[in-house]
Amino acid sequence: MSFLIDSSIVVTSQVLFFGFGWLFFMRQLFKDYEVRQYVVQVIFSVTFAFSCTMFELIIFEILGVLNSSSRYFHWKMNLCVILLILVFMVPFYIGYFIVSNIRLLHRQRVLFSCGLWLTFMYFFWKLGDPFPILSPKHGILSIEQLISRVGVIGVTLMALLSGFGAVNCPYTYMSYFLRNVTDTDILALERRLLQTMDMIISKKKRIATARRNMFQRGDVNNKPSGFWGMIKSVTTSAPGSENLTLIQQEVDALEELSRQLFLETVDLYATKERIEYSKTFKGRYFNVLGYFFSVYCVWKIFMATINIVFDRVGKTDPVTRGIEITVNYLGIQFDVKFWSQHISFILVGIIIVTSIRGLLITLTKFFYAISSSKSSNVIVLLLAQIMGMYFVSSVLLIRMSMPPEYRTIITEVLGELQFNFYHRWFDVIFLVSALSSILFLYLAHKQAPEKHMTP
Amino acid sequence: MASLDRVKVLVLGDSGVGKSSLVHLLCQNQVLGNPSWTVGCSVDVRVHDYKEGTPEEKTFYIELWDVGGSVGGASSVKSTRAVFFNSVNGIILVHDLTNKKSSQNLYRWSLEAVNKDLVPSGVLVTNGDYDREQFAENQIPLLVIGTKLDQIHEAKRNEVLTRIAFLAEDFNAEEINLDCTNPRYLAAGSSNAVKLSRFFDKVIEKRYFIRDGSQIVGFPDRKRFGAGIVKNLHYD
Repeated sequence: MSFLIDSSIVVTSQVLFFGFGWLFFMRQLFKDYEVRQYVVQVIFSVTFAFSCTMFELIIFEILGVLNSSSRYFHWKMNLCVILLILVFMVPFYIGYFIVSNIRLLHRQRVLFSCGLWLTFMYFFWKLGDPFPILSPKHGILSIEQLISRVGVIGVTLMALLSGFGAVNCPYTYMSYFLRNVTDTDILALERRLLQTMDMIISKKKRIATARRNMFQRGDVNNKPSGFWGMIKSVTTSAPGSENLTLIQQEVDALEELSRQLFLETVDLYATKERIEYSKTFKGRYFNVLGYFFSVYCVWKIFMATINIVFDRVGKTDPVTRGIEITVNYLGIQFDVKFWSQHISFILVGIIIVTSIRGLLITLTKFFYAISSSKSSNVIVLLLAQIMGMYFVSSVLLIRMSMPPEYRTIITEVLGELQFNFYHRWFDVIFLVSALSSILFLYLAHKQAPEKHMTP
Repeated sequence: MASLDRVKVLVLGDSGVGKSSLVHLLCQNQVLGNPSWTVGCSVDVRVHDYKEGTPEEKTFYIELWDVGGSVGGASSVKSTRAVFFNSVNGIILVHDLTNKKSSQNLYRWSLEAVNKDLVPSGVLVTNGDYDREQFAENQIPLLVIGTKLDQIHEAKRNEVLTRIAFLAEDFNAEEINLDCTNPRYLAAGSSNAVKLSRFFDKVIEKRYFIRDGSQIVGFPDRKRFGAGIVKNLHYD
């Protein structure tokens, strides 16, 4: 009886999450596009719903809500469904939509998408070889095989995003890094852009006139056709057509230049807006925040290095350690069990909420930047895949932040994975990502001012 | 060619509707083989015979400025795009017949372009809502072109075409529906080709007469330069 009640609670919350994912899709991601394939929307919302349910189950675990056996059952079921979606459904549909975009393969869409999916499975399987993630007693088709590989991909993603985020956050917030851009710089660049466009136009006019003259003279095809045409073009080349190819090359070079100038102008406008924003109240607040974040970022990099160099994996979670410190050094006595439960609930809750929110915002930004009406379906599915993997590995890693009595359920459900490996892997990738982001941002920052500043 | 004969027409629309293919078809009379994403603005030139077949026939170069991007983009992109909207003589609005959103976005596109022209300070004063009043004042000739006609099923064709007719009426513009990968739609003598030719003639007329200063009705500066109009009124 209680099992039914528990299940209905979980299912209701799943439906709620599904609705939220649906709304997010419609209002945020696809607000400028028309949704024609409802499959994409459903898959995205379902992935989101099941990922959030996992987090919800962790919270229930800490708070002790619901029956323990029904919790375990729902964990297992949730995990199976999510793995099914991430490994079977989403990759298949990604392949299907990619193939649909290519006109040639339109007829045998399903066949080719199956082929793509099989390729994906092959590489997915091969992924497990170089990593010491499994003990040999697991069979081929066990859940641990799939989870471990998904975990590797997800942890890599998390570490990359964290590393880049940790460095980029202070860089964007702090106004110290803002290049000085004046209106005259922008005007000068715009003038160059328009001049380039004028040059392109005058050259295209020459090409158009020449083509028209040749057309009127009866020389319809200026491209050599057939075998004799090729021989003829080698020996006798009409001076008009030679000129044309030269002009066409100049036009191509100018068009490339105009594209670069356009992108630089956009960059300057964006910098100017940021400068104006930094003078406002909110801007100044973020500036101060940026200083704190830079300290935090340096500390995290330092800790990651220490962890790797001294081969140290944190045994205790921050909550227990905090309580230990307060009890031992500050001499404050309180009911450890009661407080540890509440504090870890709050801490884990904050981690979950901020990571979901951060991920959704990053995904939205990515989506706006790179999608067009042709590729929007593929990109949304890719984002759903990334989101699912990210959430699964969050569950893996969050285990470390919880006191030991709550870790058991995760250990039970996910099977015997080498959790320590994942934390080590996270540290390594985080370090690599943070350092290369620093390098990348430094180079980009150095290179830009020399181009724009008026002498 | 002197700058007197310079005519500038914008080609606006959402990304992916087929502006680059359309411009290529209009200027080169060939189908574009490998369309790729337009960054910034790409220009092409069409040679047009004004008043073809009459003794007043004259050749003009019409510049088609294909401005890429999405209407809901970052404001820095919008500010940069605004530099292309100066001194425009005609606007071609392109939308995808299979995508309703792209037709709805045309209102926002036209406002972005028209406002840049009417307001010399370069500040966008609209919040994006469609306002017929602003179009009543607008003197720039508009043309609405719907692409990907071949991808609409026969059954839904009527419904789509009716909707588009209303759209074109809102803009007080002609409409053409075609498929950019098939030059047959713009074959010489077809009704589409006639509409296109008429549109370009109208653009040239507006441009040409404004240069001469002899235009009487619908002079765009009428509301701003109250005193100056009296001098220009009776010219013939």
